[in-house]
Amino acid sequence: MRLSKFAPRHAANAGERKTTSAMIASIAPDGVPTRNAPFGHTLARLAHQRPGIVGLTADLAKYTDLHVFAQEHPDRFYQMGMAEQVLMSAAAGLAREGFTPFATTYAVFASRRAYDFICMAIAEEKLNVKIVCALPGLTTGYGPSHQATEDIAIFRGMPNLTIIDPCDALDIEQATEAIADYNGPVYMRLLRGKVPVVLDEYDYTFQIGKARLLREGEDVLFISSGLMTMRALEAAKALEADRIGCAVLHVPTIKPLDTETILAAARRPGRLMIVTENHTIIGGLGEGVAALLMREGVGPVFRQIALPDEFLDAGALPTLHDRYGISTSELVRRVRTWSEK
Amino acid sequence: MAERITDLEMPRAGSNVSLAERAYRIRRHAVRMGQVQGQGYVGQALGVADVLAVAYFHALRYRPEDTLWEGRDRFLLSIGHYAIALYAALIEAGVLPEEELETYGSDESRMPMSGMAPYTPGMEITGGSLGHGLGIAVGMCMGLTRKRSDSFVYNLLSDGELGEGSTWEAAMSAAHHKLDNLIAIVDFNNQQADGPSTAMLSSEPVTDKFEAFGWHAQRVDGNDIEAVRKAFDLARGLKEPRPRVIVCDTRMAKGVPFLETRDITHFIRVEPHEWALALEALEKGRPR
Repeated sequence: MRLSKFAPRHAANAGERKTTSAMIASIAPDGVPTRNAPFGHTLARLAHQRPGIVGLTADLAKYTDLHVFAQEHPDRFYQMGMAEQVLMSAAAGLAREGFTPFATTYAVFASRRAYDFICMAIAEEKLNVKIVCALPGLTTGYGPSHQATEDIAIFRGMPNLTIIDPCDALDIEQATEAIADYNGPVYMRLLRGKVPVVLDEYDYTFQIGKARLLREGEDVLFISSGLMTMRALEAAKALEADRIGCAVLHVPTIKPLDTETILAAARRPGRLMIVTENHTIIGGLGEGVAALLMREGVGPVFRQIALPDEFLDAGALPTLHDRYGISTSELVRRVRTWSEK
Repeated sequence: MAERITDLEMPRAGSNVSLAERAYRIRRHAVRMGQVQGQGYVGQALGVADVLAVAYFHALRYRPEDTLWEGRDRFLLSIGHYAIALYAALIEAGVLPEEELETYGSDESRMPMSGMAPYTPGMEITGGSLGHGLGIAVGMCMGLTRKRSDSFVYNLLSDGELGEGSTWEAAMSAAHHKLDNLIAIVDFNNQQADGPSTAMLSSEPVTDKFEAFGWHAQRVDGNDIEAVRKAFDLARGLKEPRPRVIVCDTRMAKGVPFLETRDITHFIRVEPHEWALALEALEKGRPR
């Protein structure tokens, strides 16, 4: 047992100091166009057309953007308090009575604390519950208690559960509508607050179970989900200067995986394949793709850019994204290194 | 919608069967299932039979031929291992045919050893992982209220299950949301896998706990049919905006004296030749 993992430090000058952002901060870098609370606004709008939609949260309406829905449909909103087990069980009960519950909390609490309740009360009977969770992967500097670095690994083993990891505000809006239309249990990772808009530059629409090639490239094939698709697109642009052509295949549905599209992209010879995700290197998209390639006998040069198999540090997100290799500049650096060999 | 029935028995076509006779038959069905399988949670089934007789032949509103009828009262069995008891009640209620009890616990049976919703008509939820039923009941009660239904949701829990923290999350939630259509029934037989439940993780004083959580609580002798019937009537008729619980103290293996006095455990061992003896013992105690 160590007293502290860090040596004592003096405070930096105020100008250079990077601080841990508050939980409500969004991940948008300066200058990027954003939309506010895309999930909350979309759900509130959908609820006007679909009377069966109800919302539940475990004391995190504000931090999962569900407060937008709650304000617009107060009679259809259930504040369950800080009780994730009954949050999921009650959602199951409402689904049994014919409603379409959207249950929100943080990804850590859904995956770690409420697993058995999602598994047995919801997934086992394919109940129509949507579990929408903020702070996926490394999107907070609060440390391991709030960083859901292994949520996908936890949930991939659960039969019947569809897993969605959308990239930007556009993706979240379309995915929210798609999962509301879909009859079955879904786990969706959520970016909240001011969420960047990036996919409007590409010919893109979200479909459950479909991967989409956002750009072509001769040298590198990024396969990515969630916010790492934003990073891969930024890295691809930066690498044009090095004459390294990068394709980006966005895979917003982690389960069921769009094996056909992934294999088609992987079979194109001569490209370095890099699977990148905002998740531990264990048990997520990367390992899912690797297993698929092995099963099908497809063998591209394969790399993963993902979070290490560690409990991560607290701190400022830009620092942490650099430290753990998922910032755009780290992507660019690693592609350059790999391309030299 | 049909009137709530508060007479001794659901007035089913010409039925004048007493609740005691129903309880006897539920016990007999359960013992016969145990006989077929050579094992089973017969102790629990015999213990809770009187409670189930009151539930299915006095309190619950349901249609045996249409177990998903919207107007039914919902009966949620958290305790999956009590499935043998519920199958026995469902057979007696006409939901399942009696001859099917011979399939209990065998491959492709609609009556697996642990209760699961996709297997059995009338089994509302998948139990077995304890501490789930009351939370699901909370959501169903909310849903029924949204639909302006007057159906009740019953949840049969065990005393051991009260050790699960999720049960108390659900209990707090039910009171907070003023769920007056929820009736929890705790089968308090003071047994769980490793010994007496009060010696493992005591839930006593159990009614005080529920009351402190905002519930209306009653405690009765769960093998006294008249007391159980009155408790159900009181719970259903109450005008207070809170959930209700009936703690039923029951005796494991009730009705088969040589099993009642056996060194009682969670899973009572019954020797192959004893099943027939158990049926004989039940017959001896059959109400006349």
